Amino acid sequence: MAAKPLTMSRREDRDGRLLVAPTMAVVLAFAVLPFLAVVLFAFLDVRLVDIPRLYLDELVFTTDNLATVWGSPRFWSAATTTVTYAAASSAGAILVGLAVALALRHPFPGRGLIRALVLVPYILPVVAATTIWKTLLNPGYGLVNAVGTEWLGWAEPIAFLTTTSRDVGPFEIPVALTTVIAFEVWKTFPLAFLFITARLQVVPGDIEEAAQIDGAGKTRVFWHLLLPQLAGVMALLAVLRFLWSFQNFNDIYLLTGGAGGTEVLAVRVYSELVVRANIGTASATGLIMTGMLLVVVAVYAWMIKREKA
Amino acid sequence: MRSTEDRILGVLRWAVITVAVVVTAGPLLYGFLLSLRPFQSVLTEPLDLLPSPGEITFDAYPTAMAEYGLGGNMWNSLQVALATAALAIVLSVLGAYAAVRLRFFGRDVVNVVFLGVYLLPGIVLAVPLFVLLSRIGLTGSLAGLVFVYVAQTVPVALYMLRTYLVAVPSSVEEAAMIDGCGRLAVIRRVVLPMALPGVAATALYVFMIAWNEYLFALLFLVADRDRWTVSLGIAQLTEFSVPTTVLMAGSIAITVPVVAGFFLAQRLLVTGLTSGAEKG
Repeated sequence: MAAKPLTMSRREDRDGRLLVAPTMAVVLAFAVLPFLAVVLFAFLDVRLVDIPRLYLDELVFTTDNLATVWGSPRFWSAATTTVTYAAASSAGAILVGLAVALALRHPFPGRGLIRALVLVPYILPVVAATTIWKTLLNPGYGLVNAVGTEWLGWAEPIAFLTTTSRDVGPFEIPVALTTVIAFEVWKTFPLAFLFITARLQVVPGDIEEAAQIDGAGKTRVFWHLLLPQLAGVMALLAVLRFLWSFQNFNDIYLLTGGAGGTEVLAVRVYSELVVRANIGTASATGLIMTGMLLVVVAVYAWMIKREKA
Repeated sequence: MRSTEDRILGVLRWAVITVAVVVTAGPLLYGFLLSLRPFQSVLTEPLDLLPSPGEITFDAYPTAMAEYGLGGNMWNSLQVALATAALAIVLSVLGAYAAVRLRFFGRDVVNVVFLGVYLLPGIVLAVPLFVLLSRIGLTGSLAGLVFVYVAQTVPVALYMLRTYLVAVPSSVEEAAMIDGCGRLAVIRRVVLPMALPGVAATALYVFMIAWNEYLFALLFLVADRDRWTVSLGIAQLTEFSVPTTVLMAGSIAITVPVVAGFFLAQRLLVTGLTSGAEKG
């Protein structure tokens, strides 16, 4: 018996699923399945050495990993560091991006080239960026310390990447943490710059002109006309940058290895996995970390919804 | 007449521009200048940024490539990045076409899954992937790395391609289908050529991500020096007392393809998409 010819919409349905299937397969196998495995591992007592002898029917479940991680002061200190790092670096990146976008808003000869140059930190391979900055900040032969001791009158070179804290006048500055935050601002402000520039280009010019004719200075125009229009894109950027900085591993691991008070959650997951070879606690740490990210996403989604309602 | 406010803002504007250019382009230039100087002179005269004419040397580059093995590492990176870009593009062209043109059961679920993957921390996925790959013996293999990179980049690639494919007028496709083209033939002969600049830009973007990647390379390949990618290679070299001039040469060498690709993509992106494809 010959198969009935498919209707147009049935064929569309079949084609659509077939076309998405290969992508779905890779994503399921290398992202969704691993995430389910994290949830599983977080409730198992497993170490790396156990892996060759790990069989599904012999699993013993436990909440010890989560309890260990939850009760560990080191975890909470890493969580605090992570939140500080993510909040400060996303706020910094957005403010710097805003300043540069405003400065480059009106055309002048050479603006195209400067716009391209400003994007350099964002496209630079992270390993190249950290290697160059480690050299710049080197206490022995780095440019920053050479300038500081020769010209700025520093008593001694500063080990930017290993010093936990340092008294500057009445303040205690967390040197290494500030340095990795500054690096993150440097590396990610170009993205904020691009987003804000794109938004500035569609700001209608006539209201601004009218305000200026009425005698409003540029500062007032910025606070009352531009900023309200940029608020949406800046809020979106704040959330995205926070989510990305919160999970950042590369930059901090490559710059400090987590030393000098810069141990963030991502570095903790790595050291539980590789140094302590404890899959259970590494997964538990990762799971709690993901939970914290979900809270941020949920709060943002709720705010968007409330605004629309 | 310009007000005081305008004058202050004008000065501030140029101050911001100057600082921005020095801080963003400066470090790369510093790395490049350092890579041209002998290591001894860097140690003794850290403030001499411009190499004196007599001391310019390109020795650091062959030393980095041959003696420290970064040349071989670059070859590994090139293979991984090309394979990732090719696979991710094939998958995401099919997926993006379906997402733009076809109504099918489960489309919303697919979107949610992709968004989730995009937001999941890489370090969290790294734990089970490390375990899984060592269980099936794929650690130390570049193929395993390629699959992980594809899974990480395909959601973004698909999202990027969607915006380009929307711009392809569906009437051209319908005409091709009436002429007897099947779905795959329509994608290959009509959609792909018309969206080519977008496809190329997306491919470059994926290539850059794979070329720059560090975490998964570190986890999967660290034990096997012959398979190191170049990012891993340079990062490992910083752990030993390798002259900084060699490290700078390596850093500049891995940056060149990325910067070249970026400027290429910028030009591709502005090329007109579909103008003139449809007769009015």
